[in-house]
Amino acid sequence: MAGSGSDIPPVPTRPEQAPAPRIGVDEWVATHEARRDLGRGLVGVVRRELERVPRPGFYLAFAVAAALLPVVTSNGYVIRVGFDTLLYMLLALGLNIVVGYAGLLDLGYVAFYGFGAYGYAMLASPKFGLHWSTLAVVPVVVVATAILGFLVALPSRRLLGDYLAIVTLFFGQLFVTVVQNGQAMSFLGFTRPYDVTGGPNGIPDIDPFNAFGGRISSLDGYYYAALAIFLAALAAVYLVDQSRTGRAWKSLREDALAAELMGMPVNRLKLVAFAFGAAIAGLTGTLFAALNTAVFAADFDVPTLIIVYAMLILGGAGSLGGVILGALIVNVSLEVLRTPGHATWVFYGLLAATLVVKVRPWRWLAAVVVGTAGLGFAAHAVAAAAWPRGVHGEPAVGGVLGSGLRHWVLLPTDPRTIGNVAFVCLVLAVLWVTTLRGWAQKLALVPTLYLAAFVWENRLIDEPSVTRLILVGVILIVLMNARPQGLVGSARVEIV
Amino acid sequence: MSGTGDQVSTDGEHGSPNGEPLLVLEGIDTFYGPIHILQGLNLEVRAGELVCLLGGNASGKSTTLKTILGIVEPRNGTVRLEGEDVTRRPTSYRIRKGIAIVPENRRLFAPMTVLENLEMGAYLHGGGSKEDFERVYSLFPVLYERRSQLAGTLSGGEQQMVAMGRALMAKPKLLLMDEPSMGLAPILVERSFEIIKQVHEAGVAMLVVEQNANVSLSIADRGYVLSTGRLVLEGKADELRENEDLRKAYLGR
Repeated sequence: MAGSGSDIPPVPTRPEQAPAPRIGVDEWVATHEARRDLGRGLVGVVRRELERVPRPGFYLAFAVAAALLPVVTSNGYVIRVGFDTLLYMLLALGLNIVVGYAGLLDLGYVAFYGFGAYGYAMLASPKFGLHWSTLAVVPVVVVATAILGFLVALPSRRLLGDYLAIVTLFFGQLFVTVVQNGQAMSFLGFTRPYDVTGGPNGIPDIDPFNAFGGRISSLDGYYYAALAIFLAALAAVYLVDQSRTGRAWKSLREDALAAELMGMPVNRLKLVAFAFGAAIAGLTGTLFAALNTAVFAADFDVPTLIIVYAMLILGGAGSLGGVILGALIVNVSLEVLRTPGHATWVFYGLLAATLVVKVRPWRWLAAVVVGTAGLGFAAHAVAAAAWPRGVHGEPAVGGVLGSGLRHWVLLPTDPRTIGNVAFVCLVLAVLWVTTLRGWAQKLALVPTLYLAAFVWENRLIDEPSVTRLILVGVILIVLMNARPQGLVGSARVEIV
Repeated sequence: MSGTGDQVSTDGEHGSPNGEPLLVLEGIDTFYGPIHILQGLNLEVRAGELVCLLGGNASGKSTTLKTILGIVEPRNGTVRLEGEDVTRRPTSYRIRKGIAIVPENRRLFAPMTVLENLEMGAYLHGGGSKEDFERVYSLFPVLYERRSQLAGTLSGGEQQMVAMGRALMAKPKLLLMDEPSMGLAPILVERSFEIIKQVHEAGVAMLVVEQNANVSLSIADRGYVLSTGRLVLEGKADELRENEDLRKAYLGR
């Protein structure tokens, strides 16, 4: 035994000749492949077949599906949502480089998006009388945004984690503030004030994309332009991801000290990641400005940033497929939730899914469902007799769900105050339920679920603009609980 | 190929022609704030030598490595690599001069494959040639089998091999090893040191920092013993093994 002081046994020359057990072959690792092949049944077959498809195959499938959207529908609203989703995909793609690959928490990211949009607006609108061709504006704006990203990263390159986040958040807010107040800017007070950004009025009448005498005037045209740009950017990022630089970014994210000890130019890698991400955001900004024909500072503020981060985290930071999925799910959910009828289905669907996943065994699940239904009908019957005003409202959703709800949930005619009180009670009840265990938790779940339905029907449904954000937040929490690494993100393997 | 600024002149495979040792530490005083860590440390590693640096907890072993790498700067004294004074040079410069390190706790890039980890080790050489990979695979055949597996899913012994292979991919003149036996089962410690011996026999000079005096002295050419920042013993490994004080302190007999 080592360290016991006895003589060291003679050293064999080659490891494979050694009679001793092979180093590091532990059972779990050795049987890894075999275990994976054991996945039988339909799920196992599908998973194995999917693993065989090379990654570009998935991107190609996405490209074909996305290209067919304007063919299968002529609904302008749907195509507009598709265009916005593509913009978000582009933004998430750029953020994925900075956050997902290089691991730099950049909270000023949307400022680059805004810089690109304002750059396009200034060079192609009556604002300064400049009407450059798109083929000139876009490269100029992209390069300028990359340089801006480089400059922001320059003083921040030695900052890590939280400190970088604070500095970049400051930069993002600085951008919004300057643009918002840019209608009378003078150079250090020496010149007379000029209107640079239009201030709160923004910059209107922006030119559409135009080149070689033609112009893109239809929504379909912009959709295809956005798709083409996204696919080109995706291909570029994919190639970088497969390159030595891409792997160096990931090493940097995993262990900056180890990366430095391998001779990697850590600072330069960070700067390049920042500039690359900023360039993609700037490019996205030009598309945004050209389709919307007007830009305002408020579009590039923190809410947009949070949505892009939500997409990246949901899809799985560091994964290109995750960028596509995350943007698709978050943006489409946000759109669907604008309509109260749809939102109601999402709400009850989410409750049902959570119950199915979390309440086990199924006997308990059945008991909770029956208990909640019984409590509802009982409460409704009692209220109908004792408090007629409490059952006279109308559910917002029609059909089967609506008629069922009418006899189940209490719907007072003037629900505002009681709804507010119930909302606070609901939050407290949810917190209380999470502290309970076993049968007490299941029991407490019954009134809590009923209270949730009551709050939803009487209060949340009236304000879809707030509710949809709450619901998307809940979806995020539920999904991230189930898959902390994101939907398709590779599992973060920690060395223990 | 590295493209990282100024190029480093390299003269010969094993150190400079004038017989200057590969690495010389001379009168090193290192402070952490007001605390005097290394006190007048002198140490050298010659080309092709395997030197071990022994010491208990808080004896200054890791600080010595940090001083060699330039992560901390000594207040007094010089660090010379192949005769060149690099005391005020940054870490990256010293790495490019041919130092590689197997860090404490290995510090692998866990969500990357074994192959990618090895490739990152050869970052300064354009990701490593076929020969570089074959050299590492012939030392550690199991890494060839596991090349497309994520490094974080490997067992402790295999991770140690990846860490050594990654360092060797840089074709170092001097390989530093920080506590290679840490966190390994006793049987793996012995195997690990066999591998160190093999790597050394391939012509790489090594400085092995260890607490495990017995095993490391069995394969080393020379050894130094640190205690609270001072060298208390130095000499040939065989002589150190017979030394009464060292036996009492470390070998327990």
